[in-house]
Amino acid sequence: MRVTVRYFASLRDQAQCEVEHVIAAGDAAALYEALRARHGFSLPRERLRVARNGEFTSWDTALVDGDEIVFIPPVSGG
Amino acid sequence: MFALHSQAIDTQLLRLALAHASAGAVVVFEGVVRNHNDGRAVRGLRYEAYAELALAEGARIVDAVRLRHQVAALICVHRVGTLQVGEIAVWVGVAAAHRDAAFVACREVIDAIKLQVPIWKHEDYADGSNEWLHPL
Repeated sequence: MRVTVRYFASLRDQAQCEVEHVIAAGDAAALYEALRARHGFSLPRERLRVARNGEFTSWDTALVDGDEIVFIPPVSGG
Repeated sequence: MFALHSQAIDTQLLRLALAHASAGAVVVFEGVVRNHNDGRAVRGLRYEAYAELALAEGARIVDAVRLRHQVAALICVHRVGTLQVGEIAVWVGVAAAHRDAAFVACREVIDAIKLQVPIWKHEDYADGSNEWLHPL
């Protein structure tokens, strides 16, 4: 399936892009591990949260064609 | 109400928005950009948000605290974009009938915002280096 991934903060710097369209299979966890291998993300998945179509979701949520996925690094607002 | 502002936060306007005839207490917290962090001299910083989710999550936090403590008004505004030392990064204002609820609600909002809302700080240091903060 085809999904859109948006990057923020250090993930965007390391991916060197804000958004990319990727062919994915399986769940969000598998997608992060594949993209981590491709881009060399320094943050392990255990330190991130994941959002699907604008809402937090769990790592084992099955992806659906057309999903927008955002990996959320540890936040530092305030 | 939770909002993201890309320009300087107008504290006088926000303070007026808290006015409520039933409120005998107003508590305001201002988070300010300081010139040091973790032993390093900070020159300035930038906040970035995943706006769609930050707005939803911020509103969820504000609504939950407002209902839990039955406060009359609760407003939180967070800056995005480039900020200088001394600028307000986040503003929380609470109006309530009595001070206890106002203090507690204000504290709960700022603590939850810092932990849960997808906003990130990128600091520029006096030595020329810079980095994203991803606290453990």
